[in-house]
Amino acid sequence: MAETVLKVAGISKRFGGLQALSDVGLTIERGQVYGLIGPNGAGKTTFFNVITGLYTPDSGSFELGGKPYRPSAVHEVAKAGIARTFQNIRLFAEMTALENVMVGRHLRTGSGLLGAIFRTSSFLAEERAIRERARELLDYVGIGQYADYKARTLSYGDQRRLEIARALATEPQLIALDEPAAGMNATEKVQLRELIERIRRDNRTVLLIEHDVKLVMGLCDRVTVLEYGKLLAEGTPAEVQHNEKVIEAYLGSGAH
Amino acid sequence: MEILLQQIINGLVLGSMYALVALGYTMVYGIVNLINFAHGEVLMVGALTCWSLVGLLRDAMPGLPGWLVLLVAMLLACVVAAALNWTIERVAYRRLRNSPKLAPMLTAMGMSILLQTLAMIIWKPNYKPFPTLLPSTPYEFGGAVITPTQIMILGLTAVSLAVLMWLVNSTRLGRAMRATAENPRVASLMGVRPDMVIASTFVIGAVLATIAGVMWASNYGTVQHTMGMLPGLKAFTAAVFGGIGNLAGAVVGGILLGLIEAIGSGYIGELTGGVLGSHYADIFAFIVLIVMLTLRPSGLLGERVADRA
Amino acid sequence: MKSNRFQTLLFAAALLLLPLLLQGFGNAWVRIADMALLYVMLALGLNIVVGYAGLLDLGYVAFFAVGAYLYGLLSSPHLTDTFPALAALFPGGLHLPLLLIVPLAALLAGAAGIVLGAPTLKLRGDYLAIVTLGFGEIIRVFMNNLDHPVNITNGPKGIDQIDAIHLFGLNLGKRLTVGGFELASVTLYYYLFLALVLLTVVISHRLELSRIGRAWMAIREDEIAAKAMGINTRDMKLLAFGMGASFGGVSGAMFAGFQGFISPESFSLMESVMIVAMVVLGGIGHLPGVILGAVLLSALPEVLRYVAGPLQAMTGGRLDAAILRQLLTALAMIVVMLLRPRGLWPTPEHGKSLKHFL
Repeated sequence: MAETVLKVAGISKRFGGLQALSDVGLTIERGQVYGLIGPNGAGKTTFFNVITGLYTPDSGSFELGGKPYRPSAVHEVAKAGIARTFQNIRLFAEMTALENVMVGRHLRTGSGLLGAIFRTSSFLAEERAIRERARELLDYVGIGQYADYKARTLSYGDQRRLEIARALATEPQLIALDEPAAGMNATEKVQLRELIERIRRDNRTVLLIEHDVKLVMGLCDRVTVLEYGKLLAEGTPAEVQHNEKVIEAYLGSGAH
Repeated sequence: MEILLQQIINGLVLGSMYALVALGYTMVYGIVNLINFAHGEVLMVGALTCWSLVGLLRDAMPGLPGWLVLLVAMLLACVVAAALNWTIERVAYRRLRNSPKLAPMLTAMGMSILLQTLAMIIWKPNYKPFPTLLPSTPYEFGGAVITPTQIMILGLTAVSLAVLMWLVNSTRLGRAMRATAENPRVASLMGVRPDMVIASTFVIGAVLATIAGVMWASNYGTVQHTMGMLPGLKAFTAAVFGGIGNLAGAVVGGILLGLIEAIGSGYIGELTGGVLGSHYADIFAFIVLIVMLTLRPSGLLGERVADRA
Repeated sequence: MKSNRFQTLLFAAALLLLPLLLQGFGNAWVRIADMALLYVMLALGLNIVVGYAGLLDLGYVAFFAVGAYLYGLLSSPHLTDTFPALAALFPGGLHLPLLLIVPLAALLAGAAGIVLGAPTLKLRGDYLAIVTLGFGEIIRVFMNNLDHPVNITNGPKGIDQIDAIHLFGLNLGKRLTVGGFELASVTLYYYLFLALVLLTVVISHRLELSRIGRAWMAIREDEIAAKAMGINTRDMKLLAFGMGASFGGVSGAMFAGFQGFISPESFSLMESVMIVAMVVLGGIGHLPGVILGAVLLSALPEVLRYVAGPLQAMTGGRLDAAILRQLLTALAMIVVMLLRPRGLWPTPEHGKSLKHFL
């Protein structure tokens, strides 16, 4: 039986005079790659920011892994189990790739001040584990050889992969990718698709905002389409592709 | 009641000077995101230069009326200070516009210390009396007194603000400044030269600071190389208080701060039963700032900082 | 590596022998080294706040003051002279032992760090700077004015007759003769301060290479991304403020004992600016750089004092040692930032650095 990972409903968010989201909701099952598409300004990133706690919604219900959660504090949301990447890539530029992923392990580890200062055996063991896991993740996404390089020296595509590795390090129930293919060339997109499919094979759940319709249609199990902050359509890629309202939104009325 | 009226007058006078200095801070911060720590020192250089010039003028032409001497000396001092500030921006700050965040701030701090030290060397460290060039008989009303110097301060501030408003709203330069303050990249795409705009900002700021410095010297009667530091800091807190980058905010913030300081130091003794005296007046600015930033981080009238996305 | 080990040993030997060498030229030189060590401690403390966590604190000297006044008040006749009730409680005078005062200074300063840091948590970088500057000034004004109605700090006159530091029965204020060799008091202090500096370096380094250190650096680099990774940025920032401040407090306590006299003048805004300059000029977040910055900015101007003599004569008295020191510090700040905005000895590009040494 499929297990519901994320279930959100009735989300509305207003910014001054602009109703960015009106009564938006979706349900994601475990192991799915779920796509969120729509024209620019449709509210996709706003939706992301709401469910991850960066914005406070005006209304909405939120459930993660069957348990309700309040998207009030960003770090609490991460703790509950949603990890995200950012549209504009927010890496820790002056830290190495390895260190970036090690930061991702912060959430699931616990040594504190005293452990650090006195180098207790539990601290040392944990550090070793963190470092190993970080290396594993760097290899998993394919940039293991750049472990000791400062994040800002990595190529654009590698930086995106690093962000994904870092998000995976938090052992999330749901990994939310905000336009991961933006700015990538065809080869990089193929590699990205392979990576996401590998993530799905490992029974992880992915929520994806993307503009590249071909990528979304080929990769996602289900898709939600937003327009002007409202739900336009929801279903499998095939269903959505043939939805009249969607066609109109993307191509203008009168096109088929 | 007379005390209150007197303190209000003192506060308005003090606040006017803060407002002029705050404008310099806020204009620079609004465009280049730099807290110009050396701005208070520009005030000091302007005041000391004016002092020297006053001395020279009086020696050379003893017959000249006091107000004329003051006016000429002040205008010349404005030119000197403007040239100084322009040079500082050109030589030091311009290079660091794209450096890691702390570099410009540290350079500004170093500049502040440098200016103070050079002033100490040039003008020697002692406190010097600033001559009273305007008639000194005060006017009385409602139990409070106001001197001609203080009236001049209020008048001069009003004139300066009016000229600045005209400059910002009705001239090409003003439009260029407002455009750069909002979005430097787009402004440059429209043909605005950001270097020139930024340089102008520094020049205007220097002129305003000099006016404030000369007024400060006239009001308090002394000049010295450390006179700019604390007023400068307080003026910056006033700018943040009113909303950084926002010109109206700087003026409102400055005047309010002056009033708070004057009225506060007048009544603090009574309010705290003698525990805290008026020596604590210096930290009012910071307390006001901390309270404002905790309650309303964008300041009274809202901040306006360049969109660097 | 063999040569690394040898280099380290050589360096250690030089550090240990330095005061003995300088002693020969006069105590004043050892004193310069002592003050340099205290500044190194301060710079390392501020490095945690500014360098690791990226929080621009311009009022750091406040914690130095807290530690100094704590030691000064608990090891001098001031409180017993002012409050007869206390004098009755402590008939022999207030002379709290070092092993009690140092942890107390660290704790009190640390608490002050948390209290002063709390209101700044949501502020943007520049505002944070101005607010912390304000706090530094507020503390200085209080120290300067808390001599009435109740005389706690003795106001501008400061506190004198502060006990020298006593360590395991040894009075560091008096010279020590060991097997025919004489160690001046300043030399004894040197070894104490050196030990403290080493402790500070070890703690800083261990923090840097830990989960906490990485969390701080993540906050410094991108606070929103750090939060998205589950870091409780509020608590981490407070921890940074507290840790950094505690180093300042210990340094302050040492300063009070060393000098025997403290006054609010030593805790001015200029001092805070100097300490920030040491960290930034040296190489923010990079321990060797920070130490270099501290040593250069504290010792060099003092050393140049001896060059000032002829200069003073040349300019007819306008240029004296203090002025020269200020001038050079200001020029250093401007020139170094223009030429090397990342500092004299910044973190290496490919992320490899001191890790390999220690």
